[in-house]
Amino acid sequence: MSTTLKRVHGFLAEFDSVADLYHAAEHVRDAGYQRWDVHSPFAIHGMDHAMGVKRSKLPYLVFCGGITGTSIAFTLQTLTQTNFWSSIGLGFLQTLAETYPTVVQAKPTDIWTLPAFFPVMFELTILFSAFTTLFGLLALMGLPRLNHPLFASKQFPKFSDDGFFVVIEARDPKFSQEGTKSFLEKIGGKNVELVEDDI
Amino acid sequence: MEATTIAPHSEAHTGAPRILDREPLVLNNRSYSWITNRICGIVENKQPLLWWVLMVPSVILTGIMVFCFAYLISTGVGVWGQKQPVAWAWDITNFVFWIGIGHAGTLISAILFLTRQKWRTSVNRAAEAMTIFAVMCAGLFPAFHVGRVWMVWFLAPIPNANAIWQNFKSPLLWDVFAVSTYFSVSAVFWFLGLVPDLATLRDRCKPGLRKTLYGIFSLGWRGSNRHWSHYETAYMLLAALSTPLVLSVHSVVSFDFATSIVPGWHTTIFPPYFVAGAIFGGFAMVLTLMIPVSKIYGLSDLITPKHIDNMAKIILLTGTIVGYAYCMEFFMAYYSANKFEFQTFQLRSLYGASTWAYYFMFGFNVFAPQFFWFRWCRHNVWVVLAVCMCVNMGMWFERYVIIATTLERLLIPGSWRAYEATWVDKVTFLGTFGFFMMLFLLFLRFLPVIAIGEVKGVLPQSNPHHDDHGKDGIQEEDLMDYSDRHVPKALA
Repeated sequence: MSTTLKRVHGFLAEFDSVADLYHAAEHVRDAGYQRWDVHSPFAIHGMDHAMGVKRSKLPYLVFCGGITGTSIAFTLQTLTQTNFWSSIGLGFLQTLAETYPTVVQAKPTDIWTLPAFFPVMFELTILFSAFTTLFGLLALMGLPRLNHPLFASKQFPKFSDDGFFVVIEARDPKFSQEGTKSFLEKIGGKNVELVEDDI
Repeated sequence: MEATTIAPHSEAHTGAPRILDREPLVLNNRSYSWITNRICGIVENKQPLLWWVLMVPSVILTGIMVFCFAYLISTGVGVWGQKQPVAWAWDITNFVFWIGIGHAGTLISAILFLTRQKWRTSVNRAAEAMTIFAVMCAGLFPAFHVGRVWMVWFLAPIPNANAIWQNFKSPLLWDVFAVSTYFSVSAVFWFLGLVPDLATLRDRCKPGLRKTLYGIFSLGWRGSNRHWSHYETAYMLLAALSTPLVLSVHSVVSFDFATSIVPGWHTTIFPPYFVAGAIFGGFAMVLTLMIPVSKIYGLSDLITPKHIDNMAKIILLTGTIVGYAYCMEFFMAYYSANKFEFQTFQLRSLYGASTWAYYFMFGFNVFAPQFFWFRWCRHNVWVVLAVCMCVNMGMWFERYVIIATTLERLLIPGSWRAYEATWVDKVTFLGTFGFFMMLFLLFLRFLPVIAIGEVKGVLPQSNPHHDDHGKDGIQEEDLMDYSDRHVPKALA
C-alpha cells in the first residue's frame, strides 16, 4: 500500500573512493553521530576503527554453540553405549531414554571408552558452531530483511558495484535537515540525497 | 571512476632489482565496475555454445546414473562386482575419490584465508562449489553400498522401534558424522560467501522472477559496514572451524581402513597421507575446471598465471608428500618384519594381479607433478592441464590400489580372488562425472563464479591508506630500511 505520506529515513551521500569514504567515516564519528552507517561493495580494512564500531560479539555465541555440540555428542554417545550415567547415579536418564550399553568390539562400557567417542564429539562441535555462526550472524545483522528504505534510492544500488556511501539516519539525535546535509557536503559527499520511506 | 585506475607498479622502480615486489592479483588495473560487469556478465548473457555442448551430455550421463541406481535397487547390490573377499571395491574407491576432490575447496576457502593468501579470492568460490558437488557425488556411493538404500536412515542417530542405537565406536559411523558435517559446513560457508555477490546480481536485474529469487537469497544485503563487521568475524570463524574439519574428514575416511587389521591398511601413516592426497587431487580438479572456465569466459585478468603457478606449486608439494608416503609405507612393510604386511606390498607392486594399477598410481601421482619444478611448465596451461589430468586419474588409481588390490589378496590364499568390475560399476562412476559437471555448469549459469566482493577487496585501491604513501600504496621500502636497496620513488 502506498500513500503520499513519507517518513524521512536519512541522508545518503556518495564518496569517490575507499580512502575518501574512510576519512569521511572518521569525520562522522568525530562529529558525534550515533545512527549512521557506511555502505561499500566489499569489507574495508580498518573501517571499524574509522567508524568506531566495536568488535562483534559473535565469537561468544559461537563458543556456546560449540560447547552445546560437544555436550550433545557426549551425552548421545555415553547414554547409548556405556554405563557412565548410572555410575554417577543418574541411571534414570538411561531408563527414561530406553537405552542400554552396547557391547561391541570388546570395548569397555564404562567412561574409559571415551576416546572412541572423540571423532563424533569433534564433528558435532564443528557442526553446531557453524550453524550458530550462520544464525548468530543473521540475528546480529537483523537479516534477512526483504525491504529497506535505502532500496528506494535510485543511486543506492551502486553500493554493490563501485559506490561508496555514508548514510546518517533521521533517528540520530544530532540529525537536522539542513545541518546534516551541509555536514555531508563539507566532508566531501556527493549527490547528497534525502531518503524517504513510505509509511 | 577515476580513482580506480593506477599506474603500473614497475614504472617507479628502475635500477636496483626489487626483490620483494609482488605480482598484482588482478592484471591490467581493472576497475571495480569492470570486475562486476565481467563476472555478472557470465550469468546475465547467453551461454556460449560450449556450455550447451557440455551440458547436454552431462544431463544424459546423470540420467544414466539414475538408471544405474534404479537398476541396482530393483535387482540387488550384486549388480556391482563385489564378491568376498573384495567387499569394498569401485563404490568405496569412488567415494574416497570424490570426497578427496572436495578437499581443495575448503583448503582454499579456509586454510588460505587464515594464512592471508589473498590470491585465493579468484578461485575460492568455484572451488567451494566444486567441494559441495563432489561431496554430493561421494555420498551416493556409501548410501547405495549399504545394500538396502531405503534403510539408510539407520545411519542417523534417531530413536527407532528396535531400540538399537548406532555403534559410535565404529569408524564407519564417524565417517557418517564427518562427511555430513563437512557437507553442511561447506554449504554454510559457500552460501555466506555468496550473499554479497547475490546482492550485486539482484541490483543489476530487471524486476521479475530472477530479481525476486536473487533478492530472497541475498537476504536484503545492503553492504552496511555494521554488517560487514559481523560478517568478517563470521567468515573468520567459519574458516577457523573448517580448517580442523577438513583435516579431520579425510583422517576419519582413512580410519575406515587404518583401524582395521587388514595388512596394507593397518598403518599410522594413513591420516596425513590421505589428507595430503585429498588436497593434491582436489587442486588438480580445481585447475582442470578453472583453466577452461577462465579461457572461455575471458577471466584471465582475474585468474592469472600467478594463480595457476601457486596451485601448481601446491600440487607439487602435496604430490611429493604422497610420494613420500608411498615409499614410507613400503619401507615400513619391510622394516616391520611383518610378513603379511610385506607380502601385501610385494603383491601390490611387484608380482600381484593388479600391479598395473600400482604403476599408474605411482607414475601419475609422483612423477607427473615433478614437471612443476620448472617455471615454464607451471606457466604453460597445456602442461598444467596434462599434469592435472594425470593426477585426477592417478588419485583414483591410488584408492583402487589401496582398496581393491589389497582385498584381492587377503590373509588366506584360498580365498584369493581377482576382482572384476561390472558394467554397472563403470557406468555409475561415469554417471557421477555427468552429475558433477551438470551441477558445475548450472553453477556457472546462475551464480557468480568468482567472489566479486572479495576480488575487489584485494585491489590496491581498496586499501584506505592507498593514497597516503604515493601512488603505489604502502611498499616494502616504507616499512624496511634497506639502505643499499632503497630506490627513490619517481614523482608522479
